Amino acid sequence: MRLRGPTLAQRVPWTLVVFLAALSVPFLGSRYDVFLATQIAISALFAVSLNLLLGTTGLVSFGHVAYFGIGSYVCGILMKTYGVPFSLALPAAALGSAGFALVVGFFCVRLIKIYFAMLTLAFSQIVWAICFKWNEVTGGDQGLPDVPYPNLDWIAAIPGFDGLRIGGQFYVLALIVVAISLAAMRRIVASPFGRVLTTIRENPERAAFIGVNVRRYELAAFVVAGGFAGIAGALFGIFNRGVFADYVYWPKSAEVMIMTILGGMQYFWGPVVGAATLVLLNQQITSYTQYWPFVLGVILLVLLFVFPGGIVGGIAVGVARLRRRSWRRLGA
Amino acid sequence: MDVSFLFGQFLGGLTTAMFLFLIASGLSLVFGVMRVLNFAHGSFYMIGAYLAWQAMQWLEPTLHRFWLAALVAALGVALLGAVIERVLLRHLYGREELYQLLFTYALVLILGDAAKAIWGTQQLSVSRPPLLAGGLDILGTTLPTYNLFIMLIGPAIAVAAWLLLTRSNAGRLVRAAALDREMLGALGANVGAIYTGMFVVSSFLAGLAGALVTPIQSIVPGMDVEIIVEAFIVVVIGGLGSFWGTFWGSVIYGQVLSFGILVFPSFSIFSVFALMAVILIVRPWGLFGRPIR
Repeated sequence: MRLRGPTLAQRVPWTLVVFLAALSVPFLGSRYDVFLATQIAISALFAVSLNLLLGTTGLVSFGHVAYFGIGSYVCGILMKTYGVPFSLALPAAALGSAGFALVVGFFCVRLIKIYFAMLTLAFSQIVWAICFKWNEVTGGDQGLPDVPYPNLDWIAAIPGFDGLRIGGQFYVLALIVVAISLAAMRRIVASPFGRVLTTIRENPERAAFIGVNVRRYELAAFVVAGGFAGIAGALFGIFNRGVFADYVYWPKSAEVMIMTILGGMQYFWGPVVGAATLVLLNQQITSYTQYWPFVLGVILLVLLFVFPGGIVGGIAVGVARLRRRSWRRLGA
Repeated sequence: MDVSFLFGQFLGGLTTAMFLFLIASGLSLVFGVMRVLNFAHGSFYMIGAYLAWQAMQWLEPTLHRFWLAALVAALGVALLGAVIERVLLRHLYGREELYQLLFTYALVLILGDAAKAIWGTQQLSVSRPPLLAGGLDILGTTLPTYNLFIMLIGPAIAVAAWLLLTRSNAGRLVRAAALDREMLGALGANVGAIYTGMFVVSSFLAGLAGALVTPIQSIVPGMDVEIIVEAFIVVVIGGLGSFWGTFWGSVIYGQVLSFGILVFPSFSIFSVFALMAVILIVRPWGLFGRPIR
């Protein structure tokens, strides 16, 4: 077989193209487009952070929303109640979520499979109960409305960005944070650490046999995933102009899991595709009917029974089939 | 704090416990045998409540209407469970747990919205059956007869199920299916039928619990999601898949909840979570569960 250089499609720096396309939304699109794009960007970060556990390490966490929620509460409380600038509140949110993930993960990684899933779910309900009841700090069932926007003057100072609305400026900020986080996670997955996580997913016994401390690696993955979920939560609280106990309710964990699987958890970018699809689909369908959960349930059933690889998985299979056909034609 | 007050708390906790046991026992049975964690168990419970309400509307107002309605509801949910298991769930047994988990979650979404579409979002309620409308005075506290009935039906079902599982031939097959599904199949038993049977029994219990809760609690959308988390905590405390573990898990849950209120008035749910955390630190597989792996 002849060795081929990178094809044209492989030479294009796709991540940069996608980033620039996303960046152009506030210039080309309407206010509503910016709203959707922000939601997609934040959901994508959240879903990719979950996939660090689900796809990379093979840990089924059903309580990932807890770290998202803690991130948004930490950031929201710091910015609203204490007037801390965003540049400090965001890292604090990530650290707070990661710290809590360390405590929860310590207990959870001692269990496997379904037991792990249940315990993560139970802990996320604890977080929900705290957020719902601790009126003095979290605002209880009233939540924490009117989280202020961060100082966005520096974005307006960039030539060409001064004409953007405040929503557009925040979108640019969120996009930058999301892009940096995704790049960091990409590096983590590709690093020796990430390879060990994949080894654990494939076969924990063998991983332990070659000297990997499986529990410690799982815990590390849990903490990292929690930290990035916290960043997503912090952005979401500001985007939504408030933080509410609803963010932490366990069905949200299932929703982000559906995003991840819808896109394809075998692929790093799968959850991003899933998040975009689900957010857009949600907008379309909720304009027709109030029964969005029903539609979501049906989508999930179709996914489970017909396309277990998700959208990206389905495309990969399709492309592989096409390529095989064209090879055959060339050979004939 | 006098004795009658504490006794009242104790009885309240016991009522909660036996209700939870009715629900959690079905969850635990299915998990113990089929290794499927059924999120939709709470939805079955909710459907049971709605069906009971519906049957109450249709039936003539006789003395025993409530019991008939409860039976109709439980049977209806059992039928629903049978269809779901036969048509959909059984194709997922060989797959990873994640897919089974998500499948049952899809059911939560679909059944929740279906119930909303059929019965609306307003609160519905059912009055207590006339036979059990009164109350009993025990040690200075008044206990509604209906609560007493619930307290008795919990252990009754526990003992019946335990007898069935340990003393009958069907129970032996079920336990064998829990231990080694393939071997049992190779020996000529119809494992598919056993699984369907277990799922139907579990759905029946969920539907029955839903019907029996209607005289005490109003029926609202969202009761499915609320109850399933409580049931999860119960089985985690007791040990997943352990039947008696589920029983004692419910009893502990009920008591801790009702006495926790005295310690942390507005945070009683925390005492339960704290207990769960402690148990999981000491015995990650629950009080009565077996160590895994």
